[in-house]
Amino acid sequence: MKKSIEELNAIRERMKQTIQMRSDNSNNVRVVVGMATCGIAAGARPVLAAFVDEVNRRQLKNVTVAQTGCIGVCRLEPIVEIYEPGKEKVTYVKVDENKARMIVAEHLVNQRVIEEYTIGAAK
Amino acid sequence: MEDLSLHVLDIAQNSLRAGAKVISIEIRRLPGKDLLEIEVEDDGCGMDRDLLSKVTDPFFTTRKTRSVGLGLPLFKMAAEMTGGSFDISSTPGKGTRVKASFGFTHIDRPPLGSMSETIVTLIQGNPDVRIRYREVTENASFEFDTQEISQILQGVPLNEPEVLQWIKDHIDQCEQELLNNEHLL
Repeated sequence: MKKSIEELNAIRERMKQTIQMRSDNSNNVRVVVGMATCGIAAGARPVLAAFVDEVNRRQLKNVTVAQTGCIGVCRLEPIVEIYEPGKEKVTYVKVDENKARMIVAEHLVNQRVIEEYTIGAAK
Repeated sequence: MEDLSLHVLDIAQNSLRAGAKVISIEIRRLPGKDLLEIEVEDDGCGMDRDLLSKVTDPFFTTRKTRSVGLGLPLFKMAAEMTGGSFDISSTPGKGTRVKASFGFTHIDRPPLGSMSETIVTLIQGNPDVRIRYREVTENASFEFDTQEISQILQGVPLNEPEVLQWIKDHIDQCEQELLNNEHLL
């Protein structure tokens, strides 16, 4: 173990608090990234990492980032779906790291769907 | 696929879909033998001989969304293009092992890429699956096992972002030290 175990212990103690808060929150938003062969080849791995990082940096406690298999429109990968309670699913296509951070800022924080990145705008 | 770590991520996704509870990944850098070896082993549902004979055919797939499966054929092709070899063995109910070797210095060998990103991506989506990762060089090695991390975390999930970052940094440091040692020897 190169990184210090003390550091990991400290993370554990911090996390114990926040996990309690999160499990009480029923208003959960799900960000789902396609991670099949097509998604991975098109760049889904850094897209997923960008979502995880941005959601954590902004402390969006009600947002869960998850992975799924092939969504079925391989030529538009990386594909990201956003599920919010009581709203229609939004599907973003050809997502990259920058778009991922924009989607967190605009869609998840400011509540504005970025229409030009959605599947509806794709050719 | 731009690099080999993306192939590993893709191959490990097969293990997850096979219901694996333990996935072991090993990278062996052996420039002295002009070899780079990659092995992914799981305890998933495995495949019978009939299915096994089809999985490296690009026109075979288990997916329902299209009729072409490319993960294993692409990996096999990448290995064979460098004068290497590809082998897959499987036992129904026991698990599957995929092994590919590459010509280390072959001009067509893709770079290994970031294995820490691949491991962290697997953990992020599957915090309850045990991931074992080992890197070997001619003279040294290091091992990483999510089970050891889970014990320290005492119930805090492995896919908490700060934990993932710690794991990524940890693997990067181990890898860097391993390669530095190799240069000294």
